[in-house]
Amino acid sequence: MTRKVLLAALCVASLAPVGSAFAEAAPGTAPAASEARKVPRLSISPSKLSFDGPGSQTVTIKNTGTATLKVFEIRLLNEGRPDTKQKDGTPTNLPFKWDGSAPMAQDLEPGKTLTAKVKFDPAPSQKQGVGAVQVICNDANLRAMPESTNDATHESSAYGAGIPLRAGEGGMQGWLLVLMVFLPMAGALLIVLIPSKAGKNVFRFVALGTAAVTMGLAVYLFMHFDRTVGVANGNYGLQFVKQFVWIRAFNVEFFMGVDGLSVTMVILTALVSLIAVGASWNIDKQVKGYFVMFLLLETGMMGTFVAMDYFMFYIFWELMLLPMYFLIGIWGGPRKEYATIKFFLYTLAGSVLLLLAIIALYYTSGKPGVLRGVPSLALSDGTPAAHTFNIMKLTYLNNFEAASSILWGIKFSHLIWIGIFIGFAIKVPMFPFHTWLPDAHVEAPTAISVILAGVLLKMGTYGMFRMNFAILPEATHWARTALAVFGVINILYGAFCAMAQTDLKKLVAYSSISHMGYCLLGMAALTEQGMVGSLMQMFNHGTITSMLFILVGVIYDRTHTRGVNEFGGVASVMPRYAALFGFAFMASLGLPGLSGFIAEFLVFVGAFNVYKLLTILAVTGVIFTAAYHLWALQRIHLGKFNPKWEHELKNNDLNFREMAMLVPLAVIVLILGFYPMPALDMMTTGMKDLAAFVESAAPAAKGAAVIAGM
Amino acid sequence: MGPLSNVESLKFYAPEMVLSAGILLILIVDLIGDRMYKRKGGVSNRKVHGTLALVTLVVAGAVLWWVNHSTPESEVPRGVAIFGGLLARDAFGDFFKYFFLGVTFVVGLMSMRSRDAIDHTDGDRDAGEYFALTLTTTLGLFMMATATDMLTAFLGLELVSIMGYVLAGFKRRDRKSSEAALKYVIYGGVASGAMLFGLSLLYGLAGTTSLAGIKASAAVAASPTTLITAVTLVLAGFGYKIASVPFHMWCPDVYEGAPTPVTAFLSVGPKAAGFAMLIRFFGGALPETLLAKGALLDSSPWPLILGASAAITMTVGNLSALGQQNIKRMFAYSSIAHAGYLLLGLVALSGGGSGSRSILFYLVTYLFMNLGAFLVVIALAESGLGENVDDYKGLGTRNPFIAVVLCIFLFSLTGLPPFAGFAGKFLVFSALLEHPTSMNVFLAILGVVNSAISLYYYARLAKVMFFDKAAEGAGPIKVYGVHAATLTVLAVPTIFLGVYWAPLLDAADQAIRAGAPAVIGAARAVAGL
Repeated sequence: MTRKVLLAALCVASLAPVGSAFAEAAPGTAPAASEARKVPRLSISPSKLSFDGPGSQTVTIKNTGTATLKVFEIRLLNEGRPDTKQKDGTPTNLPFKWDGSAPMAQDLEPGKTLTAKVKFDPAPSQKQGVGAVQVICNDANLRAMPESTNDATHESSAYGAGIPLRAGEGGMQGWLLVLMVFLPMAGALLIVLIPSKAGKNVFRFVALGTAAVTMGLAVYLFMHFDRTVGVANGNYGLQFVKQFVWIRAFNVEFFMGVDGLSVTMVILTALVSLIAVGASWNIDKQVKGYFVMFLLLETGMMGTFVAMDYFMFYIFWELMLLPMYFLIGIWGGPRKEYATIKFFLYTLAGSVLLLLAIIALYYTSGKPGVLRGVPSLALSDGTPAAHTFNIMKLTYLNNFEAASSILWGIKFSHLIWIGIFIGFAIKVPMFPFHTWLPDAHVEAPTAISVILAGVLLKMGTYGMFRMNFAILPEATHWARTALAVFGVINILYGAFCAMAQTDLKKLVAYSSISHMGYCLLGMAALTEQGMVGSLMQMFNHGTITSMLFILVGVIYDRTHTRGVNEFGGVASVMPRYAALFGFAFMASLGLPGLSGFIAEFLVFVGAFNVYKLLTILAVTGVIFTAAYHLWALQRIHLGKFNPKWEHELKNNDLNFREMAMLVPLAVIVLILGFYPMPALDMMTTGMKDLAAFVESAAPAAKGAAVIAGM
Repeated sequence: MGPLSNVESLKFYAPEMVLSAGILLILIVDLIGDRMYKRKGGVSNRKVHGTLALVTLVVAGAVLWWVNHSTPESEVPRGVAIFGGLLARDAFGDFFKYFFLGVTFVVGLMSMRSRDAIDHTDGDRDAGEYFALTLTTTLGLFMMATATDMLTAFLGLELVSIMGYVLAGFKRRDRKSSEAALKYVIYGGVASGAMLFGLSLLYGLAGTTSLAGIKASAAVAASPTTLITAVTLVLAGFGYKIASVPFHMWCPDVYEGAPTPVTAFLSVGPKAAGFAMLIRFFGGALPETLLAKGALLDSSPWPLILGASAAITMTVGNLSALGQQNIKRMFAYSSIAHAGYLLLGLVALSGGGSGSRSILFYLVTYLFMNLGAFLVVIALAESGLGENVDDYKGLGTRNPFIAVVLCIFLFSLTGLPPFAGFAGKFLVFSALLEHPTSMNVFLAILGVVNSAISLYYYARLAKVMFFDKAAEGAGPIKVYGVHAATLTVLAVPTIFLGVYWAPLLDAADQAIRAGAPAVIGAARAVAGL
């Protein structure tokens, strides 16, 4: 992998006892070769901060190089001796504090220095102390992060160091995700503050503006996301990181970032939300409340995908429930109350299991037998922490397998895996937890169906990747076959159910269940193609199914029915509608040349060598998928035009708003069908790392088979 | 440092004395009030007495703060016993004292504008009595939270109970209210009797009524069977105060029949005091040796007893709440369920005291959301709305502010983020899972399943308000400004504590750690460490 020189800028230098890395990079040792070009060089003095009692010392950070030294973060580390913990395991307060204000991250011109005072303020029992200052900067000669963790007294992490920072870019990138998450919430607040008298269009345009700006930020993210950055580059492969301590008593951090796994989902969320605002335009009842809820929902979704702290993830995950409850319940169809409470209860039942699993992971993390690679955990500001919610640290620094006790005859880590899995499986929705989905879809207004199928379902599979796969890889190997079987059941069962539907919206809903089955099968294969295919399917299904629901909404708005059998020959009166309808259905059934095909193909390729029989079964699903799609298409668009709809449909083809929603999606589907690289590029590095990581936990015997599969 | 003498103790009893002075003042003003201000007209009785009560509470709070900040730790450390060991002066007690002052203050605000509490028809004649009784209850709550001796504990419990009987029956012309009072008395009498019997057994074993003395007694440690019998009987008394199953029978009837502000008061104040006593009792009175060695059972029996009680309480509470049509009854069952969640925290009293810490935290969040929910009922009742679920139809359009605020309280009670109730539940469950024994994991799973069940009846109210249409001709509803303001004051922390709860958690931690040494002992004892 080629690492751009400027990107290699991340490094960490520390004083003793973390300082062996620093010693190599002491002033004067700069290689002669680099004198040709200008380089920054970090120097910290004194080299050791040892105290024999309370007092303070001055630390000088100097740029002895020839180029600007970008200091991203300056942290204070505790020496991390075990005796700084109380007997019950809770950490004492950090005895090293900044004397006065903490030094700010800044750019140091060559020759410039930065000084700060460190105070040693120990507990009465502690007499001596050795502290460490850790500087994260762009001195390329210092070692990059992951390797240096071994000799660190504390776990040193490069979070917040801003991997994506390039020459000429400021530290503002960290705020991008924060802005993307909270901008919709700000929009919601704005709508609350505007008096109801202002008129419906005001609320609509505020929502549209908010979603559009968020989409603009997503485009920025798309353009500036570095496709080559992986775990090996430090920061555990995260970019656009923002991290600080949120609730210290529980080691909860505010921690946002994106990697190859989440970046496409973030972009999808912004895209689908913007489209859905368009689909909401004809909402006429309580417009103000609708858009408040809508924008809160967007915040919830966005936050779920960028939160890298498990606690924070859960908050956003649940935050999404309430707006959804009201959006379906107030603006839904005839059986909206039943549908919305069913949705709410199902999801809540799943997410409370998730909560227990989160807590269990938290308390298991950081235990001596569980921790790997580092002697202890720390928060982002260097405070020692007994446990952590940090998803990346749960993934890479903890081996939950190592300390799993047996509970009710089953390994504790497997039990946690099942808890998390059920929570996410309900969201996917995986058979047999799927029954809320058709109800919710049928009753929800068009825009909410779009959101539901386009984004919400993906949270389930995203969660499985992020939690089940990354945090508990060994248990994933244990359960993978079950996952694959459920995936195939989803594919076939969803397809058969869809075939039996006469309600077009229900048909599309069941097709979603079927399509999410491909995601499950692809991830269960645990191969790189399978996992990338699964992620690709998540993105493509998000765009295609959004089109489908908008198309259903179009005809429902005009005729107030969705009965597949009640139409006929619509193509003859609504040519534009028929064209896009056909396009979307072809994409959905996986026609080569459109994006749906690519993902399904990758899934099959990835899964075939691992699960031959199951993959063959899944491929037969494609036939049924084609069958119900074509059959529905035929019943609605071909044949003789049903004169009943003369008034409603004739000369009433797609209007500008509807075209504006559908055409961009169609373009994306088409482009990704022929040239999937824009999306695949973003995923590949991250998914490669994830696949390798999961692979590393494979039981030896099974591992051989998987490698053969690759 | 040994217990302070009676005279030395007085300083630390100043908040209680302020309360007592306030009560006497209200009674005197009530007697001579006619001559003082009535004749001149204008000022109503309830305003005068209400203001007096609120001022008393504020002064008591200020005095409590002053006592703690004017006494250096080096002179009189926190955690010292006062009145010869009858009461404790510690951070744990202070936490609850502030808590009770807060509860009573909000209840006072509610009551001043509630016809349900104070009959407006005959010139608010009852106002003086009402506020005097309320403040006396607070005095009893103070005693419950600080008692370190079985005598004072029982005294506090009875003081609260008896005031509760009178307050529950305060609507003299209302049959339901009288029925509530009578049921309360009968159940309360039986529970007190059982508790007294248990306490006398403990006294018989240990030869002392002091909790510390019981703990130190060799005789107690040597007779586990008697001890378990005694503790089970004592638990009946506590169970009645916190409304845990099977001592919950009074709860729905009393909550429905009592004036709504009293219901709100009973649902938070005595429940919290009951938990304060429980924590002290398990910490201060139960010997660790028996538990550690498992003289009777392989492990400590208390988690099992408390765990079973918690499991039954939350399940019965939630399942019973599902079918309720009367909102106050529904909240009664919901409060039973919440007692169950709180008991989970007690099961989890563990090495670091994170269980008791979670109880303290949960109680504070419960204060905001439960009082808020009841205040909505009161405010709407003042506008002539009924107390049945169906009466709230279409409230979302009739008064959006009230409907939204009630939704916040309801979803907080469910335990959804980003509301305070979530943080409370999160802490309770994390205290349980800190030591993932099979019982703890089972209880945690049962607890979250119960949360999901509870969503149904809380969300039903939200559904009625927002999804259902108002009856024909139902116009907008107005509520009193004081109610709206109080609701806002309660709703803001309900959201804030869900998003950033570090300060409250630190305060609760402080109350457990720096507070009663006995409480930490408790932690150990129950965990069987």
